[in-house]
Amino acid sequence: MSPVLIALLPFLGALLPGLMVRAGRGAAASACAIATGLALLGLCLHIPAVMAGEVVATRLPWMPQIGLNADFRIDGLGLLFGILILGIGLLIILYARHYLSREDAAGPFFTYLMLFQGAMTGIVLSDNILMMLVFWELTSLSSFLLIGFWKHLPEGRQGARMALTVTGLGGLAMIAGMLMLGQIAGSYRIGDILAARDAIQASPLYLPALVLILIGAFTKSAQFPFHFWLPRAMAAPTPVSAYLHSATMVKAGIFLMARLWPVLAGTPEWFAIVATAGLVTMIVGAVIALFQDDLKGLLAYSTVSHLGLVTMLLGFGTQSAAVAAMFHIVAHATFKAALFMAAGIVDHAAHTRSIARLGGLRALMPLTFAIVAVAALSMAGIPPLNGFISKELMLEQATLTGAVFAGLATLGALVSVAYSLRLVVHVFMGPERDDYPAAPHDPGMGLWLGPAILAALVVVIGLAPDTTAGWLVGAATSAVTGQAQHVHFALWHGVTPALMLSVAAIAGGALLLAAWVPADGLRRALPRADAKALFDAMTLTAERWARRFGDGLTNGSMSRALAAFMLTAVICGVAAWETGRAGPPVRPMLPVQPVAAVGWVMAMVAIGCTVAFHRRRILALVLVSIVGLIVSCGFIYLSAPDLALTQISVEVVTVMLLLLALNFLPKRTVLDTGNLKRGTDAFIAAIAGLGFGGLAYAIMRRDFAFPSISGYMLENSYKLGGGDNVVNVILVDFRGYDTYGEITVLGIGALAIFALTETLLSGRSAQRLRHWVHDMRRAGDRHPLMLVVATRVILPISLVVGLYIFLRGHNAPGGGFVAGLVVSIALVMQYMASGFAWAQARQNIPYHALIGLGVLAAGVTGAGAWFAGKPFLTSAYGYFSLYGIEPFELATAMGFDTGVFLCVVGAVMLALNSLSRIARAAGQRVNVRPMDIDLTGGRR
Amino acid sequence: MELLIAIAIGSLTAAGVYLVLRKRSFAVVLGMTMLSYAINLFLVVTGRLVIDRPPILQGGAASYTDPLPQALVLTAIVISFGMTALVVMMALGAFLEGGDDRIDMPRRDLTGADRKPPGGTARPGHRPEGGA
Repeated sequence: MSPVLIALLPFLGALLPGLMVRAGRGAAASACAIATGLALLGLCLHIPAVMAGEVVATRLPWMPQIGLNADFRIDGLGLLFGILILGIGLLIILYARHYLSREDAAGPFFTYLMLFQGAMTGIVLSDNILMMLVFWELTSLSSFLLIGFWKHLPEGRQGARMALTVTGLGGLAMIAGMLMLGQIAGSYRIGDILAARDAIQASPLYLPALVLILIGAFTKSAQFPFHFWLPRAMAAPTPVSAYLHSATMVKAGIFLMARLWPVLAGTPEWFAIVATAGLVTMIVGAVIALFQDDLKGLLAYSTVSHLGLVTMLLGFGTQSAAVAAMFHIVAHATFKAALFMAAGIVDHAAHTRSIARLGGLRALMPLTFAIVAVAALSMAGIPPLNGFISKELMLEQATLTGAVFAGLATLGALVSVAYSLRLVVHVFMGPERDDYPAAPHDPGMGLWLGPAILAALVVVIGLAPDTTAGWLVGAATSAVTGQAQHVHFALWHGVTPALMLSVAAIAGGALLLAAWVPADGLRRALPRADAKALFDAMTLTAERWARRFGDGLTNGSMSRALAAFMLTAVICGVAAWETGRAGPPVRPMLPVQPVAAVGWVMAMVAIGCTVAFHRRRILALVLVSIVGLIVSCGFIYLSAPDLALTQISVEVVTVMLLLLALNFLPKRTVLDTGNLKRGTDAFIAAIAGLGFGGLAYAIMRRDFAFPSISGYMLENSYKLGGGDNVVNVILVDFRGYDTYGEITVLGIGALAIFALTETLLSGRSAQRLRHWVHDMRRAGDRHPLMLVVATRVILPISLVVGLYIFLRGHNAPGGGFVAGLVVSIALVMQYMASGFAWAQARQNIPYHALIGLGVLAAGVTGAGAWFAGKPFLTSAYGYFSLYGIEPFELATAMGFDTGVFLCVVGAVMLALNSLSRIARAAGQRVNVRPMDIDLTGGRR
Repeated sequence: MELLIAIAIGSLTAAGVYLVLRKRSFAVVLGMTMLSYAINLFLVVTGRLVIDRPPILQGGAASYTDPLPQALVLTAIVISFGMTALVVMMALGAFLEGGDDRIDMPRRDLTGADRKPPGGTARPGHRPEGGA
């Protein structure tokens, strides 16, 4: 199976729960499990190739200009992590199916889970660091959704926010670091970067890049001092904690360090930062874990500690340490996922996770006890479980590094033994109690099967490490170190210093647990730094400063902000003009024609009057439409017939729209600005006008500075697009993608209007509308006879005109936009003449559907070009003849133009329709006949 | 002619800017309409003034006007209708919800105090007869 498909399968799976959830939670979970299982199977099919030392890679160009390609690779490291992510993912899906209660929305949960799984798989299979960054950010976002899944819990929301803030900020730092790395290596492909070790380590950018990348990795993997978000994320549902915090999300940082290990590791800087951070995290996490009362809190801090352990091993920078790190990743994933799931089982059964309220569960929950005992003993490093092997390897590496590291690592191991044993002793041992919040019992198979499988793995890997995990760890280590590694693991190495330290740690840990009560008392007496308070203080300060900054810039006055904007625009324009170079005004001026001069005078008078009378709104509307009419005529004069057609029809619908709106708005504007404000505004307006007009004049008097690309369009309009109307060919063919975007925007605008109307028709404004009294008297004959008859006669004619304009658009002025507007006007005229209800009953067209259909039609036409092997929206045309009529042309662009047409009709009608609905809500009476007379004469 | 058109563009801009700077929503809508005229005209004339040479290919024509600005402006006109419609709807919504058609964010919105009903047009307790 292609690596692309493996990474894509979880995302496809994410779509399924939404479709399947109506069939029940089981169906949704099964769909996810099938997608995950397929991906896992596909990955496993690559095992022979990877074991043979191959790197399975695929390349898909995405944006090759900036080095961003959808490159995927499967090597040993990717394989190891992929199997962990997908394998444990499968168990988690099973577990979650039975864990979620009836009130939890299973659909969104599984969707988020699959999104997260896809993002993680993407990270580990990426062969391009830019693409890896995309997946990296996706894990931050999807984990935010998962951690905050229980929206009603404030801790859940806070935990999710904190996780997003910390990992998101780290991600930003990492982007900068990765870009530097790519710059040094000259490529963003991981394969190329891994080969550029010497260049990278010699570069002056090495240290900044290293620090930035490590910030990203440390925040993700909860390394000290960024460890505080992980325990807060425990407010998530337990399946999420088990997945995110054992096998996946927190391992992403580790994965990254392992992935870049060949190029970044081995320097003193690497050792100093990574090994130290790892060591400190290991000890701090272990100590905090020892004193946690919450079961999941204990596990969370122990995860922090174990991540520190792996980080430290990677920080050592030696090949044998890398082997140990890889082995511990496997070991930790198995026992920690089992422990998290078991903690969820205890919580489920006893209704509490507080260790102080538990104890003595051994006989009540024997199965859970067995699972926890195996996993916790492995975590403590007791032979013959897999945790023992990795702990031995770790201590051996620490001994090789130095006495300080050996001593502190043993201390970490000792505390780790103590909290692991505490998990068993304080929860399951001791006397049975009679005050559990609920009667504890072993769960059904759906809940215990997953952790039981993992616990079995813990034992099997411990007993036969080479056959079960050795090959995978070996392949992963070969990928990390870049050299073929033949690893061998065993429980017994003879009496080595590591064994002595291990024994000391176990004995010390047991003693520490025995002295837990006094130790806890001591801890309570010591002052503690609360990372959450610190974090809250920091975010509050940042928010306060942002607010101060924002409030300083704007005081809520729109006209002040707009004035500032206008002035800035003018200043920028003047600066650009002053610093740039413009040629001399060489184009001769055209002579002024008398008709044009008359039109110009009319426009100027209308503009002046609009400003002067703008407070009398209906008059101002008339004046503005005069300006619009003259602008339309101006377009004809300026050789732009298409624009003239469009402008004049838009003018008509705009005036209708504003009239409908004025029905409810005040008819006059109150004068509420002083002379000073008006004077200032007039001044700003004058300089804006001078600047813009001056710029227009300067452009018109000069020739093109560069040859225009319009020549190409004129030359090829017929040859490539098959149309004589160059403007239309540009719209539907050359720049079809732009038009596609524009009709989509238009459609979205109309849908927003519809949504606004829906809001207005409910709640406070609906109440106001119901009691609305119009401030103008209405005409007695609301639907005048003459108008009704005229519009009805005109309707078929105008529809034919619309069709004609549409069909001729490719070769003469017209096209989808204009035709759409003309047809809308014809339809709206019916509404105006015969009344909304009457017309609505006869033309019940779902306008939203029309918009969607239009966008779809345009998109499908564009996609049709793919089947001919051409890029999106390439058009084809040909000539056809039918019996009886002369040969005519058909172009695929017509399908696109149909989409434009439908979208424009839908958008215009939806906008006007929405206003009519408001009018109806305001008590406009519904007529049953096309013509009626209001006998009250508007008086009520 | 170039000078006249430049003056028209300048006047449209000035009128548009002045109206946009008013404090009531309807004037702002008018101002935006004016500004759209100015900008559309400006874009068209960046293809320079060419009379009687529409970009419709026909045998024998020596030259055509620049079609590209026209294609840009055509969609701009339709989009500006969409924008006007949306703004009008927002203005209407604000008026119905908030009771006046000012565009500034009033201080009392920040403090959360209640607002007064539409200026004198609504009489509570009075329900028009008829209706659907």
